[in-house]
Amino acid sequence: MRFPVLVEVRLRPGIADPQGATIQRALPALGYEGVAEVRVGKAIRFSVEAADEAAARVQVDELCQRLLANPVIEDTAVTIG
Amino acid sequence: MTTRVGVVVFPGSNCEHDVAEALAGLGAEAELVWHADTDLGDVDAVVLPGGFAHGDYLRPGAIARFSPIMASVGAFAAAGGPVLGICNGFQVLTEAGLLPGALQKNQGSRFLCAPADLVVASAESALTSGTAVGDVLRLPINHFEGNYTCSAEVLAELRAEERVVLRYVDNPNGSVDDIAGVCSAERNVVGLMPHPERACDPLLGSDDGRRLLGSLLAWAAGRLPV
Repeated sequence: MRFPVLVEVRLRPGIADPQGATIQRALPALGYEGVAEVRVGKAIRFSVEAADEAAARVQVDELCQRLLANPVIEDTAVTIG
Repeated sequence: MTTRVGVVVFPGSNCEHDVAEALAGLGAEAELVWHADTDLGDVDAVVLPGGFAHGDYLRPGAIARFSPIMASVGAFAAAGGPVLGICNGFQVLTEAGLLPGALQKNQGSRFLCAPADLVVASAESALTSGTAVGDVLRLPINHFEGNYTCSAEVLAELRAEERVVLRYVDNPNGSVDDIAGVCSAERNVVGLMPHPERACDPLLGSDDGRRLLGSLLAWAAGRLPV
């Protein structure tokens, strides 16, 4: 079966996010007050061929570890289906 | 015998000729090695130069670590061969797991292009063997993702083993512990964000880079061929 996958790559808590900070600083200029905790990440979509969803997840978790994220500074959230 | 240095060229590398020129000025022979090759050939040292390997897609160094030549670079390093990563090359070495930590975006969100003063924190590495602890060197920095970071455990290990080789005098990018360069446990693999190859002639404002690249060549010459 083929499973659609969404991987969100996020900077780990405590890792500086200058892009997020810059966006947050820009928002009040447009009149948006009270926006906080802006964090910029990546969304990566693809599909995988696997026997079932559990097998797909094992494969996706592995490729997140090996390529899509750098575990020193990033973590991932995987959505399958 | 002339020391031979393999300078790895990834698609998007842009400092390989500067490195080759700087090494030639020190009497070494630089050989450009294409990333898709699988064999480094008969070299005494390896340099991963600066630039934007594979366009820095995904993350700097993330794709480059899978270039075919990297298996050979890893084997060379494991055999004790001196390997130097400059700027993007440092990022590649961390992604490849040959050096600990990672380089995140500069604090302040700015691309930095300026001379930086560095203090030698350890003279026991393939890059700093010809310097002394406390020496101050001036080299240019030229990066957006040069903010060195690592876990608290790794930082403690780096400090305990004196594997931080260079620190910024005036931290420009937010790097933890002012780190500009680190080395491997065996001290033969070294990465730094500043560019020694761009500081090899007084006309360019500094020739302090010659002391570092000269150290690399001396280290390479002082050991048996890999």
